[in-house]
Amino acid sequence: MNEKVIKRENASEESAAMRPAVNVVEDATGITLYADLPGVPKEKLSIHVEGDNLILEGELGINSPPNMEAIHAEVDLSRYRRVFTLSRELDGDKVSAGFRHGVLELRIPKAEHAQPRRIVVQAT
Amino acid sequence: MHYRGIFPRDLFTELERLQREFDGSPSIRGAAPGYPAMNVGTTPKSVEVYAFAPGMTPEEFDVQVENGVLTISGERKNIVPPEGATIHIGEHFSGRFRRVVSLPDDIEPNSTTASYRDGVLHVCVARREAAQSRRISVQ
Repeated sequence: MNEKVIKRENASEESAAMRPAVNVVEDATGITLYADLPGVPKEKLSIHVEGDNLILEGELGINSPPNMEAIHAEVDLSRYRRVFTLSRELDGDKVSAGFRHGVLELRIPKAEHAQPRRIVVQAT
Repeated sequence: MHYRGIFPRDLFTELERLQREFDGSPSIRGAAPGYPAMNVGTTPKSVEVYAFAPGMTPEEFDVQVENGVLTISGERKNIVPPEGATIHIGEHFSGRFRRVVSLPDDIEPNSTTASYRDGVLHVCVARREAAQSRRISVQ
């Protein structure tokens, strides 16, 4: 999976976003991606596959008291965004996702033809 | 509500960060402000602290207020990949963390509440009634 910046015309998608930290693990049958998206409620998370691109987006949904005055901010943007390019053997149609305590877990299986097959060596 | 509006990007902090990045000798503790990232705000009645620490359970945090200092610590366990798996990208913080915030003088440490939602720990420390500013009417 290579990262790629996609140019877009839509202004809102061009606006500054935080890059979520990810762990990507590959095993014989597919890839599992874990993305840190703290502060994003489930309903403000969006995952979509467009062609070869996997696009992760999320918006913060923190309810601060309305009269609060910020005195120190390390998280100063309201959204996350990161794009990955899926390689051909991955099946973008079969992506499954779980989201718990701000960590997204995405499972991208390898296409049937890319699944490992054990070839038995015949003794001759 | 737009989050950016509440925590606007501070120009001086930003300049400092840029300077740190260009500087050849960063701090021994690293250029990042530490893990987890924190936002702090105040209201007349409370101090609100938000720690962005995903992948935890509420029990895994240790939150303490002592001598006017709030300490948030815990440990984020690493995701253990299945046997034979390859790690392509490993950016997640894992291991023990500890962050400390000095609180104002007028806090009421006994009425501190903490909650964990969507990977963000929110600590609310109440401030003393007397310290809340009152409007004095001019006769």
